[in-house]
Amino acid sequence: MRQALVAAAAFALAISPAIAQDKPAAAAKPAASKKAAKPSAAPVEEKDAATLEFEKFRAKMIEEGNPAELFEAQGEEMWKTKRGPNNVSLAESCDLGLGVGVVKGAYVQMPRYFADAGKVMDAERRIVWCMVEKQGFKEADLHAKPFASGTYTPEQTSLVTYVAANSKDMKFAVPMKDPHVKDVYEVGKEVVKHRAGPYDFSCNTCHGADGKRIRMQQLPNISTQKGAAMAVLGWPGYRMTGNVMLTHQWRMGDCFRQQRFPEPKYASDTVTALLTYMTANANGVTYTGPGIKR
Amino acid sequence: MGSPMKVRAQMKGDFADIKILMSHPMETGQRKDPKTNQTIPAVFIQQFTVEVGGKVVVQSETGTSISTNPVFGFKVKGAKAGDKVVVKWQDNKGDSRTDEATVA
Amino acid sequence: MNILRRTVLKGASASGVLAAALTAGLLKPTQVLAMEWNKAAFEAKDTPAAMKAVGAASTAESKDLKLNAPDIAENGAVVPVDVTSNIPNTISIAVFIDKNPYPLSAAFNFANGAMADVALRLKMGQTSIVRAVAKTSDGKYFTASKEVKVTAGGCGG
Repeated sequence: MRQALVAAAAFALAISPAIAQDKPAAAAKPAASKKAAKPSAAPVEEKDAATLEFEKFRAKMIEEGNPAELFEAQGEEMWKTKRGPNNVSLAESCDLGLGVGVVKGAYVQMPRYFADAGKVMDAERRIVWCMVEKQGFKEADLHAKPFASGTYTPEQTSLVTYVAANSKDMKFAVPMKDPHVKDVYEVGKEVVKHRAGPYDFSCNTCHGADGKRIRMQQLPNISTQKGAAMAVLGWPGYRMTGNVMLTHQWRMGDCFRQQRFPEPKYASDTVTALLTYMTANANGVTYTGPGIKR
Repeated sequence: MGSPMKVRAQMKGDFADIKILMSHPMETGQRKDPKTNQTIPAVFIQQFTVEVGGKVVVQSETGTSISTNPVFGFKVKGAKAGDKVVVKWQDNKGDSRTDEATVA
Repeated sequence: MNILRRTVLKGASASGVLAAALTAGLLKPTQVLAMEWNKAAFEAKDTPAAMKAVGAASTAESKDLKLNAPDIAENGAVVPVDVTSNIPNTISIAVFIDKNPYPLSAAFNFANGAMADVALRLKMGQTSIVRAVAKTSDGKYFTASKEVKVTAGGCGG
């Protein structure tokens, strides 16, 4: 018990730079955090040898062939095929913000406001909206198992991968001049500060200051353009662990899980707000297309 | 009948650079299903060939330690733009797949 | 260069030079996709046995055989490796992972202009020596190896 308290204190100390404006973390800590806490107490080098090695070989793998391309190909076929109860294709019915059927450049300009839905939506949410509103799929079905696992890949994941691939080498340009988008951005900025859960974490506990890491991985500071770019680039991504294609929506849900929060509702305002905050912070950075993730 | 592959072939100087992405689980036979605790049977590509312009250029045999959704790269001299590239694989359960591309 | 020779030829009472020529590849000469998967080699449980099963009982290290692999792999499930042989008349390349349950991971025969150059991705259960073996048309075997460290942990990036 004494040991646990000491460890908890060390952990609170380690994360305090991130939460200087808040009270110190009071909750007990998970065993795994002990490892994370120690190295982050000292300043972390910009990039260590292992990180550089990982980046080098990831870049090589993307260049030589990313299995994400298999999902992109499936998504392209789905986009162009008449499907659903309404027997209509997304290519002839879905407006991703640049006109019906236009995919080129759409991903890097989302989240954006869609007047027909009266909401700011990220790419995945918009695609699901089109599948429901235009093709007639049931929302409950699309929400039932929204992320890949094992050999199962949801259709919207392949569609997002296709749409995202069509923004490769283009700059992020979330339309922040639109007051709707700006409002949602501000909500996102609040969400990342919100501390909750059994460990009293917020997104900013790990991602609100420079130089943090967990085990071998450096943690991006998403309040900066550079850090936000690190967090946004590579999604949707082919994850080597489990060999599945996962979207940025999935990553947000997984961050909630890692914080021991209840899972956010799929394609919800909260997730869109987070994605708006992060993606807009990365505005101006060139999107490198669907990635490979650990 | 397996899922489609993605085959790309592009001339780079005097050789065609061929990249192949296969869609296959490549089950090792070493994993257990966490729910049932039963070993998941091995299912993996055992053989594949690459043909360029009607000739077999690469003949391969593979085991269980090839990554899921395999990716392979080869370089072929004497190929030219417009040549047809045909890739065929076959797994240990008898499933197979053939896909084509054209050298660009 | 005989990778497409039919199995039947291998069984002919060829000897000496002729036999060497007929069984040139690391793989058994067979028909396309009616190939005989080299079960003995792929099911061998250690690298020496697997190498013996592909015919590479004795090998020499060669600097002209290049094995490019990460010093440390981000994920053992997907380890990108390239093998390039600059040894003249290389006709086959095989790749072994010493610490895997079945070390032989793949073997490639090259013909009709294919360069002795392959990129592939491996599953590695733990830190291990990765080993490439190249075979030349005169029946000589060469090796190159590299240790790849496999780590665990981290989050979804």
